[in-house]
Amino acid sequence: MNRIDASFISARADSRLVLAPYVTVGYPTRESAVELALAYVEAGADMLEIGMPFSDPIADGPTVQLASQIALEGGVWLEDAFNMIERIRSQTDIPLVPMGYANPFMQFGFGSLARELAAAGADGLIVPDVLPEHADDIETANAQHGLYLIRFAAPTTPRQRLRQVGNGAKGFIYCVSVTGVTGSRARLADNLPAYLARVGEATSVPRVVGFGISKPEHLRALHGRAEGAIVASALIDIVQASPPSKGVEAAAAHVRKLAAAA
Amino acid sequence: MLDLRSLPDASGYYGPFGGRYVPETLVAALDELEASFDRHHRDPAFVDELESLLRLYAGRPTPTYHAARLSRELGGAHLYLKREDLAHTGAHKINNALGQGLLARVSGKRRVIAETGAGQHGVASATVCAMLGLDCVVYMGEEDVHRQALNVARMRTLGAEVISVTSGTRTLKDAINEALRDWVTNVETTFYLFGSATGPHPYPKIVREFQRVIGREARAQIQELAGGLPNTVIACVNGGSNAIGIFSAFIDDPDVALIGVEAGGRGGDQGNHAATVESGTPGILHGARSLLLQDEGGQIIGTHSIAAGLDYPGVGPELAYLHHVGRAEFVTFGDADAMDALQLLARTEGIIPALESAHAVAGAIRMASETSSDHLILVNLSGRGDKDMETIAAELDTRE
Repeated sequence: MNRIDASFISARADSRLVLAPYVTVGYPTRESAVELALAYVEAGADMLEIGMPFSDPIADGPTVQLASQIALEGGVWLEDAFNMIERIRSQTDIPLVPMGYANPFMQFGFGSLARELAAAGADGLIVPDVLPEHADDIETANAQHGLYLIRFAAPTTPRQRLRQVGNGAKGFIYCVSVTGVTGSRARLADNLPAYLARVGEATSVPRVVGFGISKPEHLRALHGRAEGAIVASALIDIVQASPPSKGVEAAAAHVRKLAAAA
Repeated sequence: MLDLRSLPDASGYYGPFGGRYVPETLVAALDELEASFDRHHRDPAFVDELESLLRLYAGRPTPTYHAARLSRELGGAHLYLKREDLAHTGAHKINNALGQGLLARVSGKRRVIAETGAGQHGVASATVCAMLGLDCVVYMGEEDVHRQALNVARMRTLGAEVISVTSGTRTLKDAINEALRDWVTNVETTFYLFGSATGPHPYPKIVREFQRVIGREARAQIQELAGGLPNTVIACVNGGSNAIGIFSAFIDDPDVALIGVEAGGRGGDQGNHAATVESGTPGILHGARSLLLQDEGGQIIGTHSIAAGLDYPGVGPELAYLHHVGRAEFVTFGDADAMDALQLLARTEGIIPALESAHAVAGAIRMASETSSDHLILVNLSGRGDKDMETIAAELDTRE
């Protein structure tokens, strides 16, 4: 069984949300990115989203852009992502889901990418600028290597399209919580419950909410409305605001609080 | 024979190029835009209003002018200039801004965003928004804000808000990133008035259709003036809206050579030029699959051109396709060539072209000197040089 499916089955049995913190490959450095990921696992993460940096990340707000830029300035390549996933996989059995934009993946080749990711121990792949209708080659490559290509829903997605997205979706649906880019927000959108209900009517695949999720109360509000949550910018903000020697500890402490509310 | 009107296909592809590579949040808005365009550009009332604005507001048709003195000076082919520099706001960008501005109005969205490099599309968007009573926000890279300061002042005078983009390379590429982020955030209330023949489907198609007027006019005008079709049509290319606009009328004329001139910048290695077709490779940026300037890992690399409007690491998918099938040829001329051409055109014809258009003139000058007097060259003079006078003055100082 794909570890993503196993994770949702187990979380459902415990009436918990699947909590997925996000780490950027090579941020703050190659080494401390691995430390961060392992500290998140230790703090109670149920799944990890592992971001591969791109020069032009159009779905990301200033925080994730900054992390990407720092990583790229450090000379990070896809090989560093494979290496990072392999090192995390040697320590844990939770699902690992890499995320990145289409162009670097296309240059590497979708087939080679799926092979390397699967060999390193990844369980899925998130590509925010590839829509399901343009994803045949990636889907085929991923399926050969047992990886799930994660699909997206947005508040602007019409009902009929939600059904198309849900039909054939694997692992989970990444529900973008707001119209917008990634980044911490003080509160959840008012229309979020209705939107998540719409997604739930269109598909039985687990819903994972991302973009703007930063606090334990956000997670508490998602209980019964979604099956998981991704937290990214809030954690990077903590790392940025902490002295270099304290960043891992401070961000992991926040993950621990989130895990208690998940 | 290539049937341009059959392209793009239903998914927005021109052969291997084009498509729609965007976050899910934008899909509904792009579908809505496509449906609106398909309905309105065949609607007689919409077409009448646009044609009337192009004529009475933008000053069309722009003339095609026989540059007789320059042609004599070069001693070869006859050069004809399609004078888009004479259109209102000083460049061809107004054609598309008027068309999309009318689409914005019928969409009911009151807020318009645009990206701009040289500032010409920003000025055209600000102009149309002022005339139609729409709010306008223009994203512009910080480097371009400095080198095209005059256009920034024009946009502000017209009531637009200009946002200086400080991320990445601080040029057009990053202005588009920020405009896309704005659109993802405000998609329900905001119309994205895209200026170049690139981006996600249906933008390359919409921009081509609204710029087609350049080629349609030029084709009739040069036949009347010179008694036949040109042997060669030349345009500067980056995203490529002026090029696809003039090429579109000649695609079905196999004897007419179509030549795109890319920015060679300072020449030499990656980072010093913007010659995407010549040295780029297939990739995905800003919503489309096309040719890109990128490193081996697929990260987009910086470009350089003296012309802010040519300083972008991509090219429109349809132009990439015309190259792919061999229907258009692409050549490269650098900063110095463009300056030489600009000076020669200014001194022989009394016309100061935009630095972007000066690249097309450089290409035409080279070709004219290599061909005989029975050869006709049509150059798309896509914009005027007023906006560039500071850069031009500084360049002339260093030459003296």
